[in-house]
Order: sequence, then C-alpha cells, then structure tokens
Amino acid sequence: MKYNIDDNGYYGEFGGAYIPEMLYPNVEELRQNYLKVMAEPEFQEEFKQLLQDYVGRPSPLYFAKRLSEKYNTKIYLKREDLNHTGAHKINNTIGQILMAKRLGKNRIIAETGAGQHGVATATVCALMGLECIVYMGEIDIARQAPNVARMKMLGATVIPALSGSRTLKDATNEAIRDWINNPVDTHYIIGSVVGPHPYPDMVARFQSVVSEEIQWQLKEKEGKTNPDYVIACVGGGSNAAGAYYHFLEDENVKLIAVEAAGLGIDTGESAATSVLGKEGIIHGSKTLLMQTQDGQITEPYSISAGLDYPGVGPMHAHLYKSGRAEFISITDDEAMKAGLELSELEGIIPAIESSHALAVFEKKKFEKEDILVLSLSGRGDKDLDTYIKYFEL
Amino acid sequence: MNRINKKLEENKKLFSIYFTAGYPNLDDTVPLIQNLEKAGVDMLEIGLPFSDPLADGPTIQASSTKALKNGMTSETLFEQLKDIRKSVSIPLIIMGYFNPMLQYGVEKFCAKCAEVGVDGLIIPDLPVDVYNDKYKTIFEKYGLINVFLITPQTSEKRIRFIDSISKGFIYMVSSSSVTGSQSGFGEEQIAYFNRIKEMNLKSPQIIGFGISDNLSFTQATDHAKGAIIGSAFIKYITNFGVKSVDKFVSKILKG
Ligand SMILES: Cc1ncc(COP(=O)(O)O)c(C=O)c1O
Repeated sequence: MKYNIDDNGYYGEFGGAYIPEMLYPNVEELRQNYLKVMAEPEFQEEFKQLLQDYVGRPSPLYFAKRLSEKYNTKIYLKREDLNHTGAHKINNTIGQILMAKRLGKNRIIAETGAGQHGVATATVCALMGLECIVYMGEIDIARQAPNVARMKMLGATVIPALSGSRTLKDATNEAIRDWINNPVDTHYIIGSVVGPHPYPDMVARFQSVVSEEIQWQLKEKEGKTNPDYVIACVGGGSNAAGAYYHFLEDENVKLIAVEAAGLGIDTGESAATSVLGKEGIIHGSKTLLMQTQDGQITEPYSISAGLDYPGVGPMHAHLYKSGRAEFISITDDEAMKAGLELSELEGIIPAIESSHALAVFEKKKFEKEDILVLSLSGRGDKDLDTYIKYFEL
Repeated sequence: MNRINKKLEENKKLFSIYFTAGYPNLDDTVPLIQNLEKAGVDMLEIGLPFSDPLADGPTIQASSTKALKNGMTSETLFEQLKDIRKSVSIPLIIMGYFNPMLQYGVEKFCAKCAEVGVDGLIIPDLPVDVYNDKYKTIFEKYGLINVFLITPQTSEKRIRFIDSISKGFIYMVSSSSVTGSQSGFGEEQIAYFNRIKEMNLKSPQIIGFGISDNLSFTQATDHAKGAIIGSAFIKYITNFGVKSVDKFVSKILKG
C-alpha cells in the first residue's frame, strides 16, 4: 500500500481532515462507519444490483480500432459515457445514497459544477425518495441550463452559490456550510475524491468498480488483466481514481493524469493544478491547490466545467509528488480538437472533460504493442452548446 | 503570564469582539482596535481574511472578500500591528483559516504574533488532534494560546479532551451553525449552556456565534465567562463606519 490510503487517512503526506469542529461529528460518524457498512454483504449486493440494473454496468471496454490505427497503438475506451445519466459520477452517488440510508440520513446535499454530479445525485435521491438540495455557482447555473432543468425535473432544489467566484469551489463551500447548519439529519454527497477523510477514500472505493471491470474485460480480450497505460482526465480526480484503483500498486501499469491547461499554463486562465499549484488545504484536505503566495485560493479556468477546480484530490497529489503518475496538461483547443476527432473516427461524442484525456495521443508517442485504457468518463450531450459555439456548427 | 489568562482571572464577564482586518478600509485595523479598547471591550479577535471561509456566514464572508480586495495579507496585518502594544493592552487574538498560515510558515507566523504582541490564535480548520501532534510545541515556544471550539454536537468525551489541552478559554459555539445565522437563544441553547456549565471544566468558556444584542449578550454571559460578537458588529461598521463603535459597545452592554 504505497499509493493507496494509510490508516490515518493520508496518501503519503496528503489528505487528512482539516475541518472546523462544527463538522467533526458528521465526518467522524462517516469515518467510523464507512468501511464497516461497505463490507456488509447486503450493502455490496444492493450496490452491485443497482450498478447492473439501474446504471447499466458493466460498462463496455471498447477497442477503438480506427483511433488505434491513427496513433499506431492499441487503444481501449472504458465506456463510462454509457452509464445512466451519462458519466462515471453515478457510481459514486449510488454508493453514497446507500451509505446515507444506512446512516439514517433523510436529507441529501451536494455541490455541482457542470451539473453532472448534481444530476447524478438528484437521480439517486429520486430513486430512494430522499430530499435533495444541490448547490451550484450562480455563474454555472447560467451556463449549464439543461442540467439545472434535469435536476429540477428529478425533484431537487437547486440553490445558487452567490459567494466568491460563484462557481464550483463556492458551491462546495456552500454545501459544507449547509452541513454545518444541519449536522444531524443530512448527508453530504461529495462528487469527487476531494474533501476531508474519509471522502477521498470512500469515493475512490465506489469508483473502483471501473478498474475492477477493466481487469476481467482486458483478460477476456488480451489474455492479461493489466494494461501498459491507464489514461484519465483529472478535475477532482474521481474517474481517474476509479480507473487507476486496482493498478495503483503495479508499477508496470503506467498512469497518465490529464489536467486542463485552459488557455495555456502561463496565461493565468488555467486549471493545471499540478503545474500551478502548491501544497495547502482546500475543502478540508491537505493537497495541491492553486493559490496566491498569501494562501488565498485562486480562480481556475477551463472550457470544461468539470475540470474547472483549483485543487486535486490527495491521492493525485501523492501520485504526482511520488512520480507514480505522469501529469500532462491539455489546452481548451487541444481538447476540443480531440473531441471532434473521436466523434469522426469512432462515432462517439465525448464530454469535454474526457476530450482532454483523448488529446494525449497528439502529445505523447506510444509503442505499437502498448495496451492503453482510456477512461471515457462522460458523453458529450451536456456539452453540445459549447461544441456548437466552438466549431460554429 | 499571557494577557488572555490574566484577563480570564478578572472577576467580571468578558465582552469580546470579532472584526475582519482591513475592513471596511485597509487601514481601519489599528484605529478599530484602539477605539474598541477605549469603548470598554475586554478582548479582540482580529480576523485574518480568507478567500474560502467555510465556517462563516454571508456577513463575514462579504467582509473577508472586501478586505482581500483592499489588499489585506498576513504580511500587511503584521505590519499594521507592529506598534500596537504601544497603545493597546487588552488581549489580541488572530482568528483565521489554516492555509494562509501554512503558506506564511507556521513557525514564522507564530514568531511574528509573539513579536507584535498577539496573545493567541483561533484556527477553525486546524483540528485539535493535528494541532496536538504537530504544532503545539511551536505555539508554546512563542507563548501563544490556541483556542478550540466546541458545539452542541461535541461529545462529552471530546469536550473533556479539548478542555485538557486548552491553555486559555474554550470557544463555545452557541448553536450548530456558521457565524451570523442566529438571533437570540431558545430553550435548546440554554439547556446546552447549562449542560456545559455543569461539566465544571477547568477552562472558562466564552460563547460566540449568534450574539447580536443586549438580550443575547446577557443570556450568554449568564451562562459563561464571556461572549463574542462578530457578524452583528461587522454589520454595524458596514452601516455606520468605525468611528462610533463606542455606541455599539454601550448598546450591547446596557441595552
Ligand atoms: C464527464 C466528466 N468527466 C470528468 C469529470 C471530472 O471529475 P473527476 O476528476 O472527479 O472525475 C467530470 C466532472 O464533472 C465529468 O462530468
């Protein structure tokens, strides 16, 4: 366990729970129970059943023939885009809603940026008949109208975050404040491998179904469980954590983490945390984050709302610092081009987050025999507006 | 002896005020401290503004955003406070989130506090156990008191633990909420105040969050060593500026 979490809730020097005392009882209750609950056979059974019948798992591991030909290597796409609600996010919300029920909570809160996690949370709340409140930055509400409408149809209340920059980081702040104000009946479903321990570990475990499937699917197709490379985009880091999970300790499997460079690393309009960030504390976790010299958290930018976050989860901070994963940053333009390319070559319109991962093939040369698995974290429906504007379709 | 401990020994109820450094204007910090001491306030919490104040409600958030826009930084605050002990003798506590201190360097931050005459720190997002394991020796080396929070949800066992490592007072958060979201206290809160009182802790308690007028101030000080007002004071200086703070203070004390 060199790269996974230790008994104190840290990945190397990153992680922990840097939370105000007001949150201590909530977070401590979760910490004491999450592993126990997840280990219960009835929990596992219900989780697996829902992933199969409701989410549509296993998601296919698709050999992308034409893309592979173009880049002269072997590319498999892990099709999280085919999940119900259109992204990997639902793996986590299914897990957490079952957790919330086991803990006797009847009110669910969540933060969302692009609205994918908000929709995934509103969906499982509808499924379980629980009250759902989603915090979303005022600016994101304006630019992600279809997802706001979806959440409302699913019965959720969407509350605009009016503080700070009025985007994802502020929506997260508001969700945390809500949890402080409602310490007894409420569970906070965080949308990525961020936040105080045990969240990064719990979310990674729920997402680890992805690499578990990759192993047996690849065995069927290639006769071996482990690929040479796993490639994933990193916002907070949950789809990457899920795709890496069962390969973390096998150093023959190279991990590539793709961050959003926005308009370019040096433009001041970027979200490439590993390059621009420094160690510090954001949303209760010690990790890498973009900040001023004085320790104020700065505003990131990316064309992709899901990657527009000024930090990364502590697992990824550790993978970066230890050199276990290679971090590559991709600009808006490079990502958009890669998204169009996948559409044309394979008939799959990817989420712009996933397009960042796809852009790696133009940046890095792979061997012909290399077996690559790329986490296609979401589908592009939600991004149609952005694609239309960008390509003047 | 630390000024906080000396103040706690005085045979009176303590009135403490929180304000955000650099608000409403960058250079208001020092005159505010001086005026508040003159007005009869016993102790001050100087808020070091942070971009993402998780435990604060809209009033303190807004003042923090403004203070940062005004140019407030850790360095600027220490610069402003460098001669403060020539004119002010009440205890001064810096209240701020951990990340700016971490970036400044925890030891360097503590050394600066000691140098300018700050007596203690309140860091809501530095957990008690992390403090105890990693930072306690540094704080103690510079004679600083770290103040911990308890809430209505804090277990008795944890309150006893917090009491055992507290060197000054315990900051008793009046209700399960962020700052500024209450007005006046109901039965449930009074029951909580009484429950804590009956625990006979070694550390005196000062109640904060949701105190805004003479009534809530009196309710709080009936059950604890003192009371802290934050959001209500920020609202006052937002509306009336920093010159007439004595009016605010006397209204709280006398009704
Ligand atoms: C499709 C998709 N991929 C990736 C992300 C980034 O999140 P994470 O890094 O947690 O996977 C998001 C977030 O909204 C998303 O919607």
